[in-house]
Amino acid sequence: MLESAKSAETAPIAERFIRNLGALTEEEQRLLGEKRVFIAGCGGLGGYLLELLLRLGVRRIVLADGDVFEASNLNRQLLATPALLGTAKAKAAKARAAAIAPEAEVVAHEVFLTADKAACLLAGCDAALDALDNIESRRLLAEACAAVGIPLIHGAIHGWTAQVALCLPGDRLMDRLYPKGATLADKASLAFTPPFCAAMQTALCVRLLCGREVPAGRLWFVDLLDMEMTGIF
Amino acid sequence: MIEVRLFATLRQGRDKIVYLAPEGLAQAADVLQSLNIPAEEVSILLVNGFHSKPETPVKDGDVLALFPPVGGG
Repeated sequence: MLESAKSAETAPIAERFIRNLGALTEEEQRLLGEKRVFIAGCGGLGGYLLELLLRLGVRRIVLADGDVFEASNLNRQLLATPALLGTAKAKAAKARAAAIAPEAEVVAHEVFLTADKAACLLAGCDAALDALDNIESRRLLAEACAAVGIPLIHGAIHGWTAQVALCLPGDRLMDRLYPKGATLADKASLAFTPPFCAAMQTALCVRLLCGREVPAGRLWFVDLLDMEMTGIF
Repeated sequence: MIEVRLFATLRQGRDKIVYLAPEGLAQAADVLQSLNIPAEEVSILLVNGFHSKPETPVKDGDVLALFPPVGGG
């Protein structure tokens, strides 16, 4: 059989993903390359999510962030460098993606998530990742994901703490995580908290995209100060 | 006694686990007040493992777990 006649199912796995095999099957590796995900936010969580998903082999990614880098981002945001202060985070994310995986289809929108834009941004996506930095936008994202019927992998950080959950359409989990009146004490965040949280989100995302069983509706609350992980709900 | 398990920043200036005499504590909000924890500083409140609200009744032997809002990115 000619090489060109081989089906996608039997095409060899690219060498750059060889170390994934054993932990992922060849079929799962191919699935990652076919799925499309949305990353809401390109800051502390979003930069690491992009990095991890691309290195794993996800090849269709939509990003959105209307913010630009500030000096206060440099303590933790993977994409932030002194040279990029004032640069749009979405633009930096697109450039980083091109450097890691030029063959990937990465669409970066320099916009903040709003109700009228959400459906358009989520169109065609198999899952969304929450890398936002405020409660109001998170509620909006959860509503939008429920409306288009896709799962949302929530992640949030504060100081030494991270929390991660898989929200399914209609489960209203975000309402439990952020009841009315809940306010954030401050914007404290340490360099190791975003990558830890993003790693947990990515692991959930890979399981989801590969069709493996995924525990939905459960929140993992991680305290890196006391080295504790607590499952809630 | 009522057992209160505190998480993350709610432990600052407090123990991880606090035991309170149940007298005068009718609902979860009373527990928060006795610990000087403003309601807006608690995002998730569990009573005996179940998602609850400040107005949820509490009694001797109950175990509460309090988690602060985590919302940065």
